[in-house]
This record gives sequence, structure tokens and C-alpha cells, in this order.
Amino acid sequence: MRARSTSGIVRRSGPGAVVMRVVLFAVLGLFCLYYLFPLFVMVSTSLKSLAEIREGSFLAFPRDIGFEAWAKAWGSACVGVRCDGLQPYFMNSVMMAVPAVILSTTLGALNGYALTKWRFPGADIIFALMLFGAFIPFQVVLLPMARTLGELGLAGTVPGLVLVHTVYGLAFTTLFFRNFFIGVPDGIVQAAKVDGAGFFGIFFRIVLPMSLPAIVVTVIWQFTQIWNDFLFGVAFTVGDSNPVTVALNNVVNTSTGVKEYNVDMAAAIIAGLPTLLVYVVAGAYFVRGLSAGAVKG
Amino acid sequence: MLTAISRAIERRLPLMVVSPLFAVSLFFVYGFIAWTGYISLTGSRMMPSYDFAGLLQYERLWDTPRWYVALKNLFVFSGLFIGISMALGVFLAILLDQRIRVEGAIRTIYLYPMALSFIVTGTVWKWILNPGLGIEKVMRDWGFENFTFDWLVNPDFAIYTVVIAGVWQSSGYAMALFLAGLRSVDDEILKAAAIDGAGPWRVYTRIVLPSLRPVFLSVVIILAHLAIKSFDLVVALTGGGPGYATDMPATFMYAFAFQRSELGVAAASAVMMLMTICAIIVPYLYSELRGARK
Repeated sequence: MRARSTSGIVRRSGPGAVVMRVVLFAVLGLFCLYYLFPLFVMVSTSLKSLAEIREGSFLAFPRDIGFEAWAKAWGSACVGVRCDGLQPYFMNSVMMAVPAVILSTTLGALNGYALTKWRFPGADIIFALMLFGAFIPFQVVLLPMARTLGELGLAGTVPGLVLVHTVYGLAFTTLFFRNFFIGVPDGIVQAAKVDGAGFFGIFFRIVLPMSLPAIVVTVIWQFTQIWNDFLFGVAFTVGDSNPVTVALNNVVNTSTGVKEYNVDMAAAIIAGLPTLLVYVVAGAYFVRGLSAGAVKG
Repeated sequence: MLTAISRAIERRLPLMVVSPLFAVSLFFVYGFIAWTGYISLTGSRMMPSYDFAGLLQYERLWDTPRWYVALKNLFVFSGLFIGISMALGVFLAILLDQRIRVEGAIRTIYLYPMALSFIVTGTVWKWILNPGLGIEKVMRDWGFENFTFDWLVNPDFAIYTVVIAGVWQSSGYAMALFLAGLRSVDDEILKAAAIDGAGPWRVYTRIVLPSLRPVFLSVVIILAHLAIKSFDLVVALTGGGPGYATDMPATFMYAFAFQRSELGVAAASAVMMLMTICAIIVPYLYSELRGARK
């Protein structure tokens, strides 16, 4: 038997290898189905009528495709007592996520740059102390945060959530940029310093243009985290200012009236679509963010 | 004169940028932890009070049967969630490491649940596991008349539905981390092992997996961290119910803080959560940061 080793994998040839190969693909395919079937169930249920849902199997393809459930989930489903669908809450999430992502990314970039390229005594300790904030269970800050938002007059508002997400996103964004800037040779910055360039000059003209990958990773990570957040949304907002995740949960758990599973599923897709789109478009960067979340850059 | 001032400012700019951000995190992280910690040592109920009451709230917390349910659920959930996600993650990573041509596409499929909110995941699985119309109905339609699958509404089994949904969402993440680890194993060692006549099974169990020990550690810590913080998934899938059968520390704390207005007990439970996370995260961060400096 001939053994070959390519890119770290030992492969053998012969009929046994062909069988193994077929089994391998069968198992991989089976797991594709496992990960995909909830998505399929979500989409197909959202396209069915309630009658069809009750009669048929939830695994079946829809017989007549209809978008009524989507229209209702977007525009007229009841969230608590208000029956305007998810649309206003979707907008809340946009108004929350966009400024919070921009703010936390910008501040994290500046912070990571100052901590790595303009090292001063204590920089490592400051970084370690700030990094810890990325890992605390947020339950431990819920009560004082609720009071602080009240004092600031931001209780129950979307700007309040922007503040919360910016503050607690800072640890992660600093981590991402610090890990990136550590790989940037100090020589570049030193040379610019000798040429008389200052802190912001070097940042905007030299460091920022080369950190596009770090910016993309951070923006995607922050957007996913903030869009998908539920804890802060449910703790710090009420009714009209709820983000879409909280509204989705309210739609699904409304106990009044007939349970409309098709509307629930359409609402779930609507709430999940923005982050899913980001993932499909920029999956590689998303994965890099995930592994950076494991601290190592 | 002016240039001297501007130069002095310029020299302090890095510190002037970092200081306010550091101050923000001191206040919002450490200040808030201190406040919660102090409240947990007072007699606070509806409203925060600042009179010191020793460990009263901790005694009350550990006298609450619901807290024990939450802890038990956390252990059951974490154990199964971490164990199954890791086993699945290693398994899929090894399969994907066999020079698959469509690896990119498969990886994308395995990992997409991570992009979803736990609320979306919970909503879908609630529907799939729905006793009346979900899997149970499908199995009965297929001829298994007596098939029963009511875990979602069965207090003894509801916590396992949280495991099912949690594993679905996070096992791809574990896979991605293991795959990255597999790719960093030195080819030369593998070639040497192959020349010595070691079969693929032995190469993996004796050489590859042992060399992935740091990755295993990272994955355990990341998943444990997710498990302890899990809140959204429980709320969306079971609402902590039936009754409080699927309560976890995170939902317990929320219920006591915002629904039952027992601020002291809520603060005490939050401190317990923080201490658990610290016990896991601090040694890990310490070794990672120290390792990175070398």
C-alpha cells in the first residue's frame, strides 16, 4: 500500500480509500442537513398558511407559497398591545447598532493604537484591566447601569442602549485593534516620528489606512454582538424603544389570540436577516472575529 | 514658547486618549461591580439601601430553592453543552481536515448559526420541539403512533432542549477553532509518523490531538463562558419554565432584579456569577497575556 502525505494528512489509495471517501462525504453531508434544517423549517413555515401548518408536517415544503405571514410580521403583528409589526423595533435596532458600532470601533482603534505604538509605563496593566470588562457576566452591572441611565435621563431610550453597547464593546474593540497593531512593525511609526509626524498624524495617515482588515473584523463582530443582544435590550428599554430581538421574543410569547407559527417564523427571519447577510457576505472576517474572541489574535 | 506647549501636549496625547477610556471602563466595569458587590452586603429589597447587613443576602440566596434549581441546571447544561459541542467540533474538524474540495462551503454551513441571535435560535427550536406540531407530530404521521417527545413542556427534561438548541448554535464555533488548531500542526511530524507506519487513527490519537491541548483549553473556556452567561436562549426557548424548571443563574438574577424586586438577592447572585467566571477567566487571561509578551 502506498502512503502519501500531503498538507499534513495521510492518505492511502485503493478501494478501501474510495469507500472511506464516500463515507466521509456522507457524514459531512448529513451534518450540513443538521445545521440547515432549522433554517429550512423557518423559511418554509413562514411561507405556509396556518391551516397548512396544522394539517401537514413541519418538514414538508409549502404547497402554496404566500407572503401574508411576512407582511404581518413586518407591519401588523402585535408586540404587546401595539400592533405595528416588527418594523418600528427593527428601526430601533438600526438606530442602536449603527452609532454604537461606529463609536466603539473608533474608540477601540485609537485606544489600541495608543496602547501599542505609544507605549507608556502601565500600558500593559491598563490593557489587562480593560480587557477583563469583555468577560464579566453583564448581570453584575445591570442594576447600577439601570440607575445610571436613569440619572442621565436615558432610561428606556435607544441612545441609552448606544451608550451601554459602546461602553461594554470597548474592551473587545480595544483587544481586536491591539492584537492587530502588535503585528505592525514599530519601525514604520518610529520613522514617521523622526519625520516630525504627531500622534494623530501617524494614526490617520499611516496606521488607519493599513488597518482595514482589523476595522472590518471589528465592525462585523460589534454589529453581530449588538444586533443580537437581548439582555441589555430587555433590561433597559420598555415598549416602544425595544430592539428587534426583544420585540421578536414578545411576538412569539404573546399569549393572546391564536398562535400564528408562520408569523413567528417570519419575524424570526426578519430579526436574524441582517446578521445572516453580514455573515454570508463577509464570512471570513466573521470567523476571524470569532477566533480573536478566543483572546489570541 | 507656543511650540514648547504644543510639544508638551503632543507628548502627552497618547495618555490623554487612553485615560478617559480607561476611566470609563473603571467606572462602568469596576465601579459598577463594586456597587453591586456592596448592595449584596446590604438589606436592599425593593429599593437599594446602603446600610451594611453582612452576608444576609447570601444567606437568603442560599436558602432559596430556586437558586439550587438554577445551579443544578447550570451544571447539567454546561456539562452537556460543552461536552457535546466539543466532541462534535473535534469530529467535524477532523473530517473537514481531509482535503475536502468544498471545505469552504461546508464550513460556512456549519458556522452560520453563530451569526444568529440566541432569540432567533430559541424561536426556531421552540417550533421544532413543539409537542403538538413539531417532531412529535412528524414521527406519529410516519407511523410511530405512541411516539412522545414533550421535553419542551416536561419539567424534568426541558433543560435538555436548551442543550439541543445550544449545541446546534455553538458546535460550529468549536469546529472552527479546532480546525484552525489542526492546520497549525507541523507537517513534518505527521510525515515522520506516516513513514514509521502509523495509521491515520494512531496519527490523530497519539500525535495530533495531544498537540491540540491548548486549543481544547480555549474551547472549554469559551464554551463555559457562553454557558454561564446563557440567558437569551433560555428566555426564548422555555422562558425559564415550565415553572422555573429551566432557570439558570442569569435568568434567576434577572427575575429577582426586575420582576421580584429583590435587589439584594439579585446582587448576591450576580456576584456569585462573577466569581465563577473569574475563577475560569482570570487564570486563562493571565497565562495568555503573559505568553503573548514573551
